Amino acid sequence: MRLSYPTNIRIIKVPCTGRVAPIHIMRALEKGADGVFVAGCLEGDCHYQTGNLRAKKRVAYVQEILKSIGFEPERVAMYNLSAGMGPRFAEITMEMVEKIRLLGPNPIRLKGERKEKAA
Amino acid sequence: MNTTTPSKLERILAAGHLAVTSECGPPRGCNGNVVAEKARSIGDYVDAINVTDNQTAVVRMCSLASCIRIKQMGLEPVLQMVTRDRNRIGIQSDIMGAASFDIHNILCLTGDHQSFGDHPEAANVFDMDSTQLIQTVKLMRDEGRLLSGFEMKDCPKMFIGAAENPFADPFEIRVSRLAKKVAAGAQFIQTQCIYNMDKFKRWMQGVVDRGLHEKVYILAGLTPMKGVGMAKYMKNRVPGMDVPDDIIKRLSGVPKEKQAEEGINICIEQIQELKEVKGINGFHIMAIEWEEKVPEIVERAGLYPRPRVD
Amino acid sequence: MIMAKAKPMDEIINEIKGFRKVLIAGCNGCVTVCEAGGMKEVELLASALRMFFMREGQEMEIGETSLTRQCDPEYNRELQESIRNYDAVVSLACGAGVQFLAEMYDNVPILPGVDTCFIGVTEEPGVWTERCQACGQCLLASTGGICPIARCSKRMANGPCGGSANGKCEVNKEIACGWQLIYDRLKQLGQLDRFEQPVDIKNWSTSRDGGPRKIIKEVSRQ
Repeated sequence: MRLSYPTNIRIIKVPCTGRVAPIHIMRALEKGADGVFVAGCLEGDCHYQTGNLRAKKRVAYVQEILKSIGFEPERVAMYNLSAGMGPRFAEITMEMVEKIRLLGPNPIRLKGERKEKAA
Repeated sequence: MNTTTPSKLERILAAGHLAVTSECGPPRGCNGNVVAEKARSIGDYVDAINVTDNQTAVVRMCSLASCIRIKQMGLEPVLQMVTRDRNRIGIQSDIMGAASFDIHNILCLTGDHQSFGDHPEAANVFDMDSTQLIQTVKLMRDEGRLLSGFEMKDCPKMFIGAAENPFADPFEIRVSRLAKKVAAGAQFIQTQCIYNMDKFKRWMQGVVDRGLHEKVYILAGLTPMKGVGMAKYMKNRVPGMDVPDDIIKRLSGVPKEKQAEEGINICIEQIQELKEVKGINGFHIMAIEWEEKVPEIVERAGLYPRPRVD
Repeated sequence: MIMAKAKPMDEIINEIKGFRKVLIAGCNGCVTVCEAGGMKEVELLASALRMFFMREGQEMEIGETSLTRQCDPEYNRELQESIRNYDAVVSLACGAGVQFLAEMYDNVPILPGVDTCFIGVTEEPGVWTERCQACGQCLLASTGGICPIARCSKRMANGPCGGSANGKCEVNKEIACGWQLIYDRLKQLGQLDRFEQPVDIKNWSTSRDGGPRKIIKEVSRQ
């Protein structure tokens, strides 16, 4: 399968989405990522039983934090798919990239750029 | 039973009459005539008038001032007092004040939680509960002492009452809760409004089985329904209220304009039925914001004229 | 232990927006267990605050640390050097920790980052409930091990009140009726006789009513 997906995404591998803590998502955004999505196994198919369900709750938690500081919660998302669903992965990345494109760049990155220009 | 206080209510009960009490809720303002009017409209039909103490935790004119007004009209007030709003300093002080105006009846209550009322952000006090309030009045009256041990020269002569809700949970302790209040010193009980007659009779049976009816006068609480809306509200929204579906069915079975009359009919039938229940010494008719109906209920229930004991 | 919950973000932002360098100081004690003020919460709060101020274009340096406890002077002393680099500290400790830190560093504003709620337990992961009001005179021996002061909304000594329905409190159906719990437990222990003895009015002078409290244990004093 030679599926193409957007080149502006960076994949960080974890053994299970249960390993993804809220701070990991926050750090990605703080360092300038425009959006973060967590791709977990299908619900009910977690090898560690409930890792993906925990991840789902944590994504929702980060969305709340983002709201509280005036950021769009849609910048983070949770998706579920299996290792065998390559086409779906490509589809999700395109969907996410499109969503983020509509939201525009991470506001803190914009500020940083302006500052650079000013300097 | 001998009387322990100058209370007219106690004398009527001690003489073996079925007592009738009612209540009047003071206004949410400073017009004392409202209390006077309510009291005047029912005064001839009842032996004593309870004045509620910020019921459902909504701020109203104080019970003590209203009781004084009623007393000065030559009628017999029952001072309701909750422990939610005052500590033992305020409570004992108010009892002394009431006694100084010859208020001879007190109903000891814990009070609805303030979260129900118009000031849900208020701090509550609950320095003591209703049972301990009973103990406190008894201590002041019978031993002439305050909770501090201080000895008073003149003691409050108060006939001590308490409320009991036979319909609250757990049901199996409701008789022992009464026993506890009696042990603390309660002399009369005004029950929660009764709608579930079967459950009430089961409770009364428990009271009689333990011989509590010989130690305390029990006044059955009744509140006539103004309509099916009120019945539903009482069933679903008022804590500790048990309104069986038959009541709602019966009220909704008559046209809207006849429902109030039907509510009164139900109330009168209940009184007739309860007269036959062993251990019942009288009735406490709580016609909420409907005090003008009390005379009709009393008359039609065959409880008028009221006995004279003075 | 002492339970707390995070203050709303806008409240914290308002507290610190006049400063340039702020330290977020967690506590590894109770507030770590109730997930309100441990290192994890420090990191998340710091990250969120940095993002907020970056977007606002306001220069703001946010430092992160967490102390073993903020209710013991020896741990608070650990900040002696680093605190000089900051204009203010947001403490995620309970109210006691916030105050104790402020007592040691009286020229730096120490701001609360959590609302301290109660003494309680972890009922299940993510759920904490109240058990004790620190009245200073424990009566659990006579109430089947369930506290009527902490568990009854009207702290009745002779409950339950007339509002108890289906084991729930009149205040809120989410609250168990404390007296139903006491009754059930006494029944289980075969101690229902306790239930009918009127309980005397409580001496509240050992509670907060007696003023700020102090315990001294001579053997341990230096």
